[in-house]
Formats: sequence, C-alpha cells, structure tokens
Amino acid sequence: MAKHPVTLTVNGDEHDLLIEPRKTLLAVLRDTIGMTGTKEGCSTGDCGACTVIVDGKAVTSCMVLGVTASGKEITTIEGLASDGELHPVQQAFINTGGYQCGFCTPGFIMASKALIDENPDRTEEEFRHALGGNICRCTGYTKILEAVLKAAEKIRTTA
Amino acid sequence: MKSFAFFEPTTLAEASRLFAEEHAQLLAGGTDLVIGMKAYTETPESVISLQKIPGLTGITTDGNSINIGAMTKIREVERSADVQQHHTALAEGASEIGSIQIRNLATIGGNIAHASPAADTVAGLLVADAHVDIASAEGERSVPINELFTGPGQTVLAPGEIITRFRLPTPASGSHYIKHKIREVMDLAFIGVAAAVNLDNGTITDARIGLAAVAPTPIRAREAEDLLKGNAPTPELLEQAGEAAAAAASPISDLRCSAEHRREMVDVLTKRTLQEAVARA
Repeated sequence: MAKHPVTLTVNGDEHDLLIEPRKTLLAVLRDTIGMTGTKEGCSTGDCGACTVIVDGKAVTSCMVLGVTASGKEITTIEGLASDGELHPVQQAFINTGGYQCGFCTPGFIMASKALIDENPDRTEEEFRHALGGNICRCTGYTKILEAVLKAAEKIRTTA
Repeated sequence: MKSFAFFEPTTLAEASRLFAEEHAQLLAGGTDLVIGMKAYTETPESVISLQKIPGLTGITTDGNSINIGAMTKIREVERSADVQQHHTALAEGASEIGSIQIRNLATIGGNIAHASPAADTVAGLLVADAHVDIASAEGERSVPINELFTGPGQTVLAPGEIITRFRLPTPASGSHYIKHKIREVMDLAFIGVAAAVNLDNGTITDARIGLAAVAPTPIRAREAEDLLKGNAPTPELLEQAGEAAAAAASPISDLRCSAEHRREMVDVLTKRTLQEAVARA
C-alpha cells in the first residue's frame, strides 16, 4: 500500500517521514525514528508501557496509527530532561527506587507527568486510580506511587 | 496488521461515500479498530479517519438539551461539567472506560457504533433518552438510542451512514451508573446499570433504567420504570423495580460470569442504582 507523508514533531524536533498507514505511532517512534525509550508491552492498550504525550494528553501509542499523529506534538521519555537536568518525575523515580526491571518505567513516568501537569493536587488514592492503566510486572507499585507523590509535591511547591 | 488504504476526508459526504464501499472501516479514536486490526479480527481494505472532519467534536448546550459530537473524546465527556450535572450516569459511565490513556483517544461515537452490549456509555445514553444523529451522502436522520442496536456489534446503520452527534434532551434530576466488574480500572462490565429519576414532592414523576451486558443489545427496563412512576421511592418499591429489571434481562454465560449471576446482580444493582439516583434527585 502507498506510504503516506507525515510530519511528526517529537520532543520539539520535526521528522518528515514516509510511513505505511498500518504502522502504529509506537512502531514509528521505535523503528522508523529509532527512539526506543518508549516500550512495547502488551500491544493491546492494557499495560501502558507505550504511553507518550500527544498534544498534552497521555495516550497509549500502540493504539494510534502513526499517520493520524501527523502535525501533532509528541513528547516521549527522551524529551523530558532539559539542559542536562532530569524532569522532577524522572528524578523522583530514581530517588525513591520507583522501578525494578525498568520496562514499565517510561510509560509510568509519561503517564505521571501528564497527570501532574493536569492536576498536581491529587490525593494518593486519586493518583493510584489514575495510574490504573499502567502495569508493573515486577509489582513495584509502592515505590512508584511514592515517587509520583514526591514529584507532585515538588512541582506544587516550585510552581 | 494487514495493509489498507488510508483516507482522511474533510467532509462527511466524502467520508460517507468512501465508507459505503466494500470492506471499509471508519476510524474514530482507534482503540477498538487498531487492536482488532492487529488481531486480524478486523481486516479492512480501506480505513477512513473521521479526525479531519470539522464539527464532530465538542459538547454544547441548546436550552435543556446537551449535544455531544460523536468524535468527542470519552475523557472530555467524563470531565464535562454539563454532563456531570445533568447526565451524571453518562459521566460516570465514561469514567469507567479503560484507562485515562485510552479515554484520551476513544470517542463516544466509537463506543456506541462498536455496538458492544457492554459499552460503558450506553446505559447513560439510554436513560438520557438520547437521539443519535446520523449522516450519509444521501442526507441526515435521527434514531432514538434504544432503536440503534439490533444485536451484538450490530446496528441499524446502513452502509455509508456515520454517527455525527448525540442529543440529550431530558436532564434528569438524579442519575447514577454502576458497573459490575472485578478490577477497579481496565475491565469490561459484567453488567452495567444506569438509572435516572425525576422527583416531585417525594413522588417519582419519571424513571428510566438502562441495562448493559445483560441482553443481546443494551435495553431499557420498561416494566420496572412503570412500577416506579407516580409512586414514592420506598425500599419495597425499589426492591420490586429490581426484580422487574432482572425479569427484563436475557443474559448469557460467558468467560466473565454466568447468566444466573448476571440476572441476580441486575436485581441488586438496579435497586442500588435507583437508591443513589433518588438520593441525588
């Protein structure tokens, strides 16, 4: 089938690409652009490992056709740090040990960042519920939640 | 995923013409279609995105009526102050779908057009007496939501017809949705029950009950509704309404639970949903 020209803005950089319509945004990020920070877990939208932020909203990139992301602003885990400084959510995951094998970590960090951007004043229970679309197969949820709460507090107090 | 031709029409007429072709599928949010294509349960030859057609998104009010564009994201439905206030059951149903990441993609039109008897927005739309606006290259028509579905995955939509909007004419003074499920999030409904009531001086003037995942299509429990109208919402009456709703159900047994369990739970959850709707009215 014919490839389609698309322009993806990923972490501020424009990528002019020719892609097959059947390629998911996840596949375009990983295989076409070569940014492998975003992970493929279940491929059915259930695990959240592939979470990226599109136009400010966290989405499971395995459910998005790459052609439909043309013209949109995409932020991946590679785009969170700036000027050599980790994003507060990234730093909090490191400080609290909010990861074990690390495979779910990019998805958790992107989902958490979007949640905190939207409303950093959530309670622990609200964060727990709102992160229900992200699965950690190592079951390290306690430290993940602690990291998210610390990051939210830091962002609240420095905002 | 099988290869397909991809189209991004900018008008409904063009989309309708493309969609009327054989083996064509519409792409709204993609959360059902893309997963189906990966699993090869969906193998369309052409995929027609609705994302570039103007006028299909957003929630507007028109007097008492609330209009929801078919391409409005589930997350927007869930967070809309108007929907939360006047159609609480619909906002609650929307908030029960998948995860936030999925609700940021999925659309209310897709949730309904997919015609799953277990769709989480359908019971809320049933008790809102929603009208479904439909467009095609031939023109427009409107169908009451309770006449839209003909079976699991099946609707009255003809080839080329596209859902454009839901109109919710009747605000309820109190409504509520209960999803019977195992997991807090990321689960499908074993059953879904919505109730909407209007109260006047302690008497139920109007009652609507919508049931999902207990019959081949989502249904209204009309006998239960008739029992309620004109009466005070006593515990005994709500009990009877629960029994009448269970009698209206024709559930199946599947991998999630048995038909017997579903029927019992329709009884229990109809009563509980009504209690909450009455408390809010």
